[in-house]
Amino acid sequence: MKFTKLAVLAASVAVAAGLAGCGGSSSSGSASSAASSVSGKITASGSSALFPLAKDAAAKFKEKNPKVSITLNAGGSGTGLKQVSEGSVDIGNSDVFAESKLPADKAKELVDHKVCVITMAPVVNKDVAATVKSLTKSQLQDIFTAKVTNWNEVGGPNEPIVLVTRPATSGTRALFTQFALDGKEEASNKALETDDSGTLMQSIVQNKGAIGYVALSYLVNNQDVAAVAIDGVAPTLENTYSGKYPVWGYEHMYTKGEPKGAAKSFLDYIMSPEYGALMEQQGYGMTSKMKVSRNQ
Amino acid sequence: MSPQSFRIFRKEYLGRSAVTLCGLFLILLTAAIGAFLFGKGMGTFTVYHHSIFEFLFSSQWSPADDQTGGGQVGAAIFIFGSVVTCAAALFIALPFSLCTAIFMTKISPRIGENFVRPAVEIFVGIPSVVYGWVGLVVLVPFLKETFHLVQGQSVLAAAVVLSVMIYPTITSVSADAVRSVDNRYIEGAYGLGATRWQVIYQVVLPAALPGILTAVILGLARAFGEALAVAMVIGKMRAFPTSILSPTNNLTAAIASDMGGAMDGGEYNTALWTMALLLFVISLGFILLIHSLSGRRERPL
Repeated sequence: MKFTKLAVLAASVAVAAGLAGCGGSSSSGSASSAASSVSGKITASGSSALFPLAKDAAAKFKEKNPKVSITLNAGGSGTGLKQVSEGSVDIGNSDVFAESKLPADKAKELVDHKVCVITMAPVVNKDVAATVKSLTKSQLQDIFTAKVTNWNEVGGPNEPIVLVTRPATSGTRALFTQFALDGKEEASNKALETDDSGTLMQSIVQNKGAIGYVALSYLVNNQDVAAVAIDGVAPTLENTYSGKYPVWGYEHMYTKGEPKGAAKSFLDYIMSPEYGALMEQQGYGMTSKMKVSRNQ
Repeated sequence: MSPQSFRIFRKEYLGRSAVTLCGLFLILLTAAIGAFLFGKGMGTFTVYHHSIFEFLFSSQWSPADDQTGGGQVGAAIFIFGSVVTCAAALFIALPFSLCTAIFMTKISPRIGENFVRPAVEIFVGIPSVVYGWVGLVVLVPFLKETFHLVQGQSVLAAAVVLSVMIYPTITSVSADAVRSVDNRYIEGAYGLGATRWQVIYQVVLPAALPGILTAVILGLARAFGEALAVAMVIGKMRAFPTSILSPTNNLTAAIASDMGGAMDGGEYNTALWTMALLLFVISLGFILLIHSLSGRRERPL
């Protein structure tokens, strides 16, 4: 008796939901048919640095194209590259060129879409920032390789330097090592490691002599830590575009072969000037504005 | 099938088969997890040709994040970090746990049942991220100020956080052990003129020892497997700690921080799986130890 009642209730709820769902989709369907006719499913995975931007772009893209469903996963650049190469996702997000993680024959099958430019900035505790506004590259290298261990050796207060870094597999760390430290490995046995850029910022705030590095997108609307210029050049989008500021890299969205259907429209949208303006507000740079280029 | 036999079937066999299936499924699941970890973790030795000796005793850690390999996979720092934080946590938690267990069973069972037990149970329910966060915000700055450290993240911070987490486990299991000590021993000791305290530490504690050891091992198993809270306060510095106040890293925190970035199937990723396999083997060892201990307890004295 109880069961029949429950079943009737469940069925009626399902029917009502179904009707409501139909009503909703048909109205939005007619609205979208005017805007676009793109439909389909997009799956993407990879870089956690690119994830916030990809999520934002996906939400805006879906507003315009309600028939498209986008599934995003952050799992690290390596995972994204491997999955797109195997064909288990449509788009593989990566901080690094595919050649650096995949065997050459696999990397050749992938098409690179440089959707944006990401700029990495050294950041310090505000206590240090009062006197240290800029560091030379060689000073940065000495600090991160623990040759210099007190701020007074580079013109700062008499305070021990606390290195705050990211894991060895982090794309942020890879870029910073390559372009700010000229490939010199950080002193991992002297550094506090943090899982993500948010935690890194927290550690910088808490430790007086702390220095670390984050993407520019984390410094938008941030008052708690201070960015440091490298060789007198401040880490800004303008300086990145002009090529004066060295620590930047592309964020890649790889597809296996040329993209088709919904994936193609999504990539077109994220690289459009229309979305580019929104991108810059979040601290990411537009690839099309770069006056310099890189291929590694 | 007649209605009669269907009713018998429903009454007797339906529940029984469901229960049996669930039991078998659980065994299968455990075996599958073990096999999976073994398959993934052995890659370090079979695919990338590192020796088990290197993995366990070398501190050179620089696995290559690709499928060509050629890096170094010495996990000694992480293993040492796990062992030393767990040992220190046990050292802090055990005295408190034993005292609480004795208090709530032998000194004042009424207060114990009404107030201490619920309080201990609340400890169990608090998620580890909360412990870690409180540790990071309260304990880490406190240690930094008190000992004039460059940073408060340290072995001690991890040990304190872990000790709070294993305290309820050890307390409740050893309280059960103390409670189940045969009353005849206790009455016999009183009859011989022993004082209450003499009974507790010369009769009750020795008799409850196997149960207390089981509690310790359960606590250790929890401490070994804890990742989140420890990761937040240990500092994750890849170096052997020079003192209890210096930061280091451990197995779980190292796995958690690099599993997202390391490429699936690469040397780095495989080395992390090997660390996961090691954790599995350690917890398996703990379980076997508990079984041999509880087996001993059942033997007549």
